[in-house]
Amino acid sequence: MRVLENTGDYVLNALQGVGEAALLLLRGLSWSYQALKYRALVSEQMLFSGVESLPVVMVVAFFVGMVVSLQTGQEMARFQLQDNIGGIVAASMFREMGPVFSALIVAGRVGSSMAAQLGTMKVSEEIDALEAMSINPVRYLVMPRVLALLVMMPVLTLFANGVGLIGGALVGRYQIGVSYYTFFDTVVRNIQIRDITSGLIKAATFGLIIGSVSCHQGLKAAEGARGVGRATTRSLVYSFLFILMFDYFITAFIY
Amino acid sequence: MIDIVGLKKSLGGKEVLKGVDLRIDSGELLAVIGGSGAGKTVLLKHVIGFLKPDRGDILVNGVSVPRASQKELYEIRKDFGMLFQTAALLQSLTIGENLALPLKEHTKLSRQEIDRVVTERLNWVKLFNVENRLPSDLSVGMMKRAGLARALVRDPKIVLFDEPTTGLDPVLSSTIGQLIIDLHGRLKFTSIAVTHDMSLAYMIADRIAMLHHGRIIGIGTPEEIKTSKSQVVQQFIRGMPSIQSAESLLQR
Ligand SMILES: Nc1ncnc2c1ncn2[C@@H]1O[C@H](COP(=O)(O)OP(=O)(O)O)[C@@H](O)[C@H]1O
Ligand SMILES: [Mg+2]
Repeated sequence: MRVLENTGDYVLNALQGVGEAALLLLRGLSWSYQALKYRALVSEQMLFSGVESLPVVMVVAFFVGMVVSLQTGQEMARFQLQDNIGGIVAASMFREMGPVFSALIVAGRVGSSMAAQLGTMKVSEEIDALEAMSINPVRYLVMPRVLALLVMMPVLTLFANGVGLIGGALVGRYQIGVSYYTFFDTVVRNIQIRDITSGLIKAATFGLIIGSVSCHQGLKAAEGARGVGRATTRSLVYSFLFILMFDYFITAFIY
Repeated sequence: MIDIVGLKKSLGGKEVLKGVDLRIDSGELLAVIGGSGAGKTVLLKHVIGFLKPDRGDILVNGVSVPRASQKELYEIRKDFGMLFQTAALLQSLTIGENLALPLKEHTKLSRQEIDRVVTERLNWVKLFNVENRLPSDLSVGMMKRAGLARALVRDPKIVLFDEPTTGLDPVLSSTIGQLIIDLHGRLKFTSIAVTHDMSLAYMIADRIAMLHHGRIIGIGTPEEIKTSKSQVVQQFIRGMPSIQSAESLLQR
């Protein structure tokens, strides 16, 4: 009975958290008409979440492209079908690997630091200070972060896609024995616009997930350094969980 | 004028405020004294609308703070300034940007005018050439003064002070006290200062109220408080441990 009760509490708490984060997201987005007025804050966040994440995202995407190319290339070589790997690498990069890996990196690098920063602000009364100055923390802190992630996640994903393809082509050329021409020829012939847009829709969704989950965890951090630490860890765990859940649902919905 | 009527609040399963009644007249500076954990911060948070009472009401110039909507609260708070226990400067902004923030948000002043007001207010609290420094570069005393300047930057009608002198040595404490007196004389705001620093309370307050176990157990001018017949008040202002707290310490 005890176990059931605890599980029940846990599920209720989790659901409440999801509801709160979703509400925070809506409130944050509802302020986005003031993005121009707060463009300094928004661009600062875009720089931090987008530009500064770019190197890591590209390195990871490069290796992901190589791995996908090697795996599928070796399998397909057994059936003499290796000439098609360009299309396969592109499809899995554009639809899955690009957006998902970019999101996991951004969740780890950007989301957790947002949670830590807002958590520290909460604990050191800075959020209260904003409220006392009649400055809505959702408008001042959440809106720029959510908006920046919404815009920058698809951009990062485009870069990841491109670099992943290059990695895939290199492996194709030197380990599988497929020429660059053949590789990119099959990319162009096999890829539909839908493959790219679905990936970008995922990326934008993941951006919203990371932004809302991280800001929510930060803003409800409990007193003390432990509270901040816990908020950071939770933001990471929940972001990962929701990224993979939504990845599944969006894929199921689009294809 | 601030009117606190029958304010009750429980937090974490404990009744922190058990019915607080206080009236602060316009332009008056009331010090609320009490031991740590007495509920002083909780009381202030009700006045500015961070917490909602379980029972009772807080009227600021006749307007109920607990019954105000979020939007109305933001309007009401434009007349407020608050100095936090930790100063609560935004760590990611310079001191100048911290003071400029409320001006940028709520006034139509030009950049030059904002800069001028910021420098003027920093000078009021005896801070010079700190506009471009980060809060983390400042000493605790300087941070408190910058927090004070930020609280007053928009000439608020009501100012709340949460432990303005905790963590400061006696010399710095009396500097802050003197600043509060000067600024109060200049801006004539209505004010509640909560503190457990008796010398500060004597120095700045028009009246002093003592909060004890969630109730106001004594209120009067500094003279009246000094000569209060209440045993608890006398113990507190002389810095003597109360019998109960000594007993509870021994029991642990
Ligand atoms: N958010 C909260 N949740 C639970 N208990 C709280 C909360 N805030 C304050 N308290 C409790 O209320 C009491 C009064 O706190 P506070 O007003 O901060 O005291 P102080 O007079 O030192 O400022 C303390 O016992 C504190 O533990
Ligand atoms: Mg306190």
